[in-house]
Amino acid sequence: MALMSFAEASSRAMAEEMRRDRTVWLLGEDVRHGGVFAQYKGLMDEFGPSRVVDTPIAEATIMGAGLGAALVGTRPVIEMRIADFVMPAMDELVNQIAKARYMFGGQARAAVVVRMPHGLLKGSAAQHSQTIENWFVNLPGVVVVAPATAADLAGAIKAAIRSDDPVILFDPKSHWKTVEDVPETVEPITFGKAARRREGTDATLVTWSQALPAVLAAADAAAERGRSIEVIDLVSLWPWDREAVAASVRKTGRLLIAQEGGVDGGFGSEVLATTLETVGPARLKAARRLGAPRIPVPFSPPLEALVTLTPERVTAALDALMA
Amino acid sequence: MSGNHDRGLALYRTMRRIRVFEEVALEAYRNGEFPGFLHSSIGQEAIPAGVCANLGAEDRLTSTHRGHGHGLAKGAAVDPMMAELYGRATGACGGKGGSMHIADFSVGMLGANGIVSGGLPIAVGAAQGLKLLGSHAIVACFFGDGATNRGPFLEALNWAALYQLPVLFVCEDNTFSAFTYTAGTTAGAGPLARAQACGIDGVSIDGNDVALVDETARRLVDEVRASGRPAFLHARTYRWFGHTATDMAAYRRPSELDEAKKRDPLVVQAQRLTGEGVSPATLAAIDAEVDAEMIRARDLAREAPFPPLSAAFTDVQDAGAPTWR
Repeated sequence: MALMSFAEASSRAMAEEMRRDRTVWLLGEDVRHGGVFAQYKGLMDEFGPSRVVDTPIAEATIMGAGLGAALVGTRPVIEMRIADFVMPAMDELVNQIAKARYMFGGQARAAVVVRMPHGLLKGSAAQHSQTIENWFVNLPGVVVVAPATAADLAGAIKAAIRSDDPVILFDPKSHWKTVEDVPETVEPITFGKAARRREGTDATLVTWSQALPAVLAAADAAAERGRSIEVIDLVSLWPWDREAVAASVRKTGRLLIAQEGGVDGGFGSEVLATTLETVGPARLKAARRLGAPRIPVPFSPPLEALVTLTPERVTAALDALMA
Repeated sequence: MSGNHDRGLALYRTMRRIRVFEEVALEAYRNGEFPGFLHSSIGQEAIPAGVCANLGAEDRLTSTHRGHGHGLAKGAAVDPMMAELYGRATGACGGKGGSMHIADFSVGMLGANGIVSGGLPIAVGAAQGLKLLGSHAIVACFFGDGATNRGPFLEALNWAALYQLPVLFVCEDNTFSAFTYTAGTTAGAGPLARAQACGIDGVSIDGNDVALVDETARRLVDEVRASGRPAFLHARTYRWFGHTATDMAAYRRPSELDEAKKRDPLVVQAQRLTGEGVSPATLAAIDAEVDAEMIRARDLAREAPFPPLSAAFTDVQDAGAPTWR
């Protein structure tokens, strides 16, 4: 194990993959300088400007060029800077990348990685702080991963680069400087495999991405009050580990899904519905979804707090679940 | 057949194949033999024929929603193309794409595209990927005049110039953006001027003269291949049919179509060839061969099976693949 930041874990995983496979390359804004969050530090020095391509602010062509390059046999990592900026590139992602294999009858593989740092970043307001992973779960053709730990981020990068499917990787953007233990050798994650972050018997708490720290803090607080909470980090949202959630709920009988993004139409609804269908109402005694209200992310700090997933809000939701 | 006229006859044959493929398809569509949208490129055949005559097997091509001609000219097999229109299992895309998504990667045809300007970013990326792989192949990027008002047009021009990518941009200026005269929705001095503003040079030519398209494309392709830099071909033409097969083009100015038909690219080339001494019988023989080829493709498509329902669930994705239920 080595202590490193999310940004360092990212840079190391990228460098290892680029050394392993010469067809892997990176394109995006400001990647020359190591990326806006230092998540690509050192890559320019080692791999040069033909494989670390600093682009204009031209999201549609960043995305579409990545697809074109994949169609001729390279493996591009497409950096979107932040998830909010994918909007000008939605045609290229949704209409082109996600469907290329299918609509061409299997002739094409869009083996791209689309990295989108997402989620709440303090003070970033409505256009720089969105949590929108659920949009893409609804999109056939893509894998969606939203890792919560530095080790999983590195493993997700490796798995995504080696995947022949297009992979949308949501980087937890508030955590770039957070330091965690990362194995010396990171293996690629398996898409659709959740991680149990805490064992428990009284309730199942499902989360992903940068909601995990608040969830773990709430689970710790619950333990002090004698409640045993099982925490499942989904890591991957499509495919996702239905079996792990169902198995946990069969044991605990109670399910709380805590997500940073909006509750309404959020992925938590999918988790709840699927789990209910799987285990049946007799086994699921109580369930709740926690997440943001259906408002844009406001700037003013006390207003922003209303869309922030805090340990206190998770605790309140757990109390309601257990009541 | 005189050896001196081989190229001219080959260009004529390519145009004829595009023309008859679409005539047969339009008739079948109107008979209700298959649903969907059919965007005809009749009247515009000289551009794909002249450009693709100068591309090699390794060169790639990106296309548009009006892409039958691009596929045929690049060498895509006709039977799977026709079967694709019919949504059959034997189609180029197994019936899952239809007219707007015909592709044949085996000949470097990277797909028609249902989104106006959708092919432009893909083309520059393909060129960038080929360059990274050390290939000497180039990419021909076809798009219409309507695409020049979309953002990806500017982005892709800038991109190709910036990274010095081997792309031949081919603007098939057929006068219309869907149901609207492009001139009425477009400011400035035209597509070539926009390319030149990004530092990409090229020419604007009569796109109904296949010999001129061929000669110009040869020069531009040679330049692109030698320099590794992009070039721009603005080819002016006229769309004979509506935007889709169901659009009667009631917005068209009176007599404009009649005027355009006087510059039918097939007639222009036929007259040139006969003027050079090719016998009308030679051209008639080509016409008959092409007619037979397309009728046969249609008959095969009619008889071909639809894909099994399970095919709807294949080629989506490996991880998290859908299950047939």
